Amino acid sequence: MNTWIAIGVTALGCYAVKLAGLLVPEGALDRPLVRRLAALLPVALLAALTAQQTFADGRVPVLDARAAGLAAAAVALVLRAPFLLVVAAAVVVTAGVRAMGA
Amino acid sequence: MTSAGSGLTLLQTCALSLLVFTGASQFALVGALAAGGNPLTAAAGAFFLGVRNAFYGLRLSQLLALPRAVRPFAAQWVIDETTAVALAQPTRRSVRIGFTVTGLSLYVLWNLTTLLGALGADAIGDTAAWGLDAAGPAVFLALLAPMVKTGVERAVAALAVVLGLGLLPVLPAGLPVLVAALAAPVVLWAQGRRSRGRTSPRRDHAQGEDR
Repeated sequence: MNTWIAIGVTALGCYAVKLAGLLVPEGALDRPLVRRLAALLPVALLAALTAQQTFADGRVPVLDARAAGLAAAAVALVLRAPFLLVVAAAVVVTAGVRAMGA
Repeated sequence: MTSAGSGLTLLQTCALSLLVFTGASQFALVGALAAGGNPLTAAAGAFFLGVRNAFYGLRLSQLLALPRAVRPFAAQWVIDETTAVALAQPTRRSVRIGFTVTGLSLYVLWNLTTLLGALGADAIGDTAAWGLDAAGPAVFLALLAPMVKTGVERAVAALAVVLGLGLLPVLPAGLPVLVAALAAPVVLWAQGRRSRGRTSPRRDHAQGEDR
């Protein structure tokens, strides 16, 4: 039930912000500061989420096979690999390192 | 995909993709729920990640110039990919076509993969054993990479990582990410201070204070 509440709240909230953007009158984004902040917020959020989901188990910081997987994804990104290949590299390397008993 | 590995049912996984339809928020919600976060903080984190879509919408509404009655229907497709495609188009007509085609095909594909992934994950069993728990962060990294172009973005990312990880043991689940988001205004504020220091001293903006 709790999960359904979370899904419902997220769905409503996410739809509302999408719609809000379309409905805001033109010109609101003309302020350079708003534009800079809009560009930087996703950077901060994604960086924090990437770090948390790689280097933590729940609330405890850990270093495990996922770090190797993320490193592989980073290499794939530097090599300009397509999106799915980047994700696949992370999954395969993580599984491989785990299989070796790390 | 990853959601089935963290205790969501098939129905919940698919509902999430159909109703939320913005990847980062979905992964964030699932991640926070899996980490034992309370549903409202989990939803808050996911919502916060979805906020960027509002800024895409601002930009898109100028380009698409949709009638107001159509906007509620177009809104669900306002995401990273449709914005990227629409922004790359030269004319209003091709902007609209690009937005619609990308939106429709992604919506269908995304939800199909979710269904197949959820079914597949049930068959596979323990997703962690296959390294699938690394898929989430890899997705985030792939979304993040094209956004990091200058030192400012690198500074924001680095500060966010420090905050996000450092506060993890201290704050309740879901909150460290929200605090990490403050890296954006903090770096902007610091940058503004520095550039003002080089030119004429002006009065401080409120940008560093509205936190």
